[in-house]
Amino acid sequence: MSARSRTPSERDPAQQAAHFRYVLRLADTSLVLGQRLGEWVGHAPALEEDLGLANFALDLIGQARLLLTYAGELEGRGRDEDALAFLRDAPDFANLTLAEQPNGDFGHTIVRQWLIDAWQLEIYAGLLRSADSRLGAIAAKALKETRYHHRFSSGWLIRLGDGTAESHERVQAGLDSLWRFTAELFAADEVDERMQAAGIAPALMELAPRWSARIDEDLQAATLQRPPGQPYPWHGRRGVHTEHLGHMLAEMQHLQRTYPGVRW
Amino acid sequence: MYTQALDTHGKEPAPAVSGESAAQAQRFQARVDAEDKIEPKDWMPDAYRHTLIRQISQHAHSEIVGMLPEGNWITRAPSLKRKAVLIAKVQDEGGHGMYLYSAAETLGISRAQMFEQLLSGTAKYSSIFNYPTLTWADVGAIGWLVDGAAIMNQIPICRCSYGPYARAMVRICKEESFHQRQGFEIMLTLAQGSGAQRAMAQDALNRWWWPSIMMFGPSDADSRHTAQSMRWKIKRFSNDELRQKFIDITVPQAQFLGLSIPDRELRFDPGTQHYLIGPIDWNEFHAVLKGNGPCNRERLEARRTADEAGRWVREAAAAHAVKQHRRTPQAAGGMEPEAS
Repeated sequence: MSARSRTPSERDPAQQAAHFRYVLRLADTSLVLGQRLGEWVGHAPALEEDLGLANFALDLIGQARLLLTYAGELEGRGRDEDALAFLRDAPDFANLTLAEQPNGDFGHTIVRQWLIDAWQLEIYAGLLRSADSRLGAIAAKALKETRYHHRFSSGWLIRLGDGTAESHERVQAGLDSLWRFTAELFAADEVDERMQAAGIAPALMELAPRWSARIDEDLQAATLQRPPGQPYPWHGRRGVHTEHLGHMLAEMQHLQRTYPGVRW
Repeated sequence: MYTQALDTHGKEPAPAVSGESAAQAQRFQARVDAEDKIEPKDWMPDAYRHTLIRQISQHAHSEIVGMLPEGNWITRAPSLKRKAVLIAKVQDEGGHGMYLYSAAETLGISRAQMFEQLLSGTAKYSSIFNYPTLTWADVGAIGWLVDGAAIMNQIPICRCSYGPYARAMVRICKEESFHQRQGFEIMLTLAQGSGAQRAMAQDALNRWWWPSIMMFGPSDADSRHTAQSMRWKIKRFSNDELRQKFIDITVPQAQFLGLSIPDRELRFDPGTQHYLIGPIDWNEFHAVLKGNGPCNRERLEARRTADEAGRWVREAAAAHAVKQHRRTPQAAGGMEPEAS
């Protein structure tokens, strides 16, 4: 597949739009989660965790940069990574709704991280076989990083779940509060279906049971209960977000919006 | 510098206490004079040990508190590249704190004890981090001026007589010099940018210049401890020597940027080949060191809040470690890790 380029989308505008949208979703999830982790720097529970969270923020911003640059090329309207990151409003962001949820306490942050790490593990592993070799190469790099992120987040999930009564209660509360955003993780729409049909993206339906099994395994080690049901199907990937994203973007985009058109 | 409070607070180092023979002290000084490195298990005078603990822990605290003013701009960095570079930089500061706490631990104090001293306000950190970062240009100015000043002081510490401190410093200096260039590059981009960006850069220089000059500590005439630290080869140059070196290097850089140093008395003296500055406002320096700077309260509060909010996490990790240990079959009859 290495000889194949990203041509499958090039001649069909609808396919090209879906391709752009697919890459943008991955990019925005990494960007928004990286931005959230950046809020922790200097404020974590211990120096080692401070450095760890900063490292993940760096990895995720790095993934976002590669993916946004590529998305901009697929779109073909001359938008680079910064135009896409700093000059779009919330409805044009396509991240998982889970990624934009506020940090809360350390347990909350760990649960959010762990749920997304487990998701990215499946997505990036699936993309290794993508017909889009550029996306496959980005996924290969991101997968290495994500394996380490998951080792960290599942390690802390277990420590907190198994640790003290207080930590168990806090991390279970974080899980109960964030679980409702997991319905979105594997809910395929037209974009996913087109990408899957073109051999660009893995089938979400096939990844879901693997994700679920990994989640159950970690939860058992952490002595935590999997919350029942997934009541509300959030649609961050389609641009329908929670109230939190707008505030995050107001902060993140402030300089680019105040001083338009300059170099930084 | 990061350890400027050493020169203004505390008592003179005590002379050799009972139990330390004159012969031991003499042998120690001879090793120092011969540029031999003192290692953790070697005999050393108590005063040498205590001076180093204070200096290295102050240095470590400065790195940790120093994460806050720059971290203040991580969520607002104006491009993704700048954001990544800034996160990496602030992370480096945390790493420096970690090496330095480890170096101090070799002298018989724990990181927990040092943290406690920082949070209770008994240990100091550099006055520079009590100034606010109000615009993006402040991130550039800190890299350029504050890291630039830090390097002046820290390069000689790579040759410090105490081995673990000297070795930690080698790596730290490499990273600091990278940070200094990154900061200068931010300033250069702003200086070559729009009118608003140039004004932002000039404003940052106006606010950071004098505090950076004060980082070198009191003038030699008012500096305590310098002579003893020099004999022990903990310190190699006086405060004023290092300050002058910094000024001589930095003034031409400001000129290159097209920015004005906020000192009407600044002039080049052809006789000495040095830039001479106007009087330093030592009242401000002492006020900031005593806790009355613009952000002293916020910085310590942020550290205390993080420590307090993280307590349950650290307790959970310790409790889990104990449980894990009990679960391993070979644990029966073995030593248990501490739960707190």
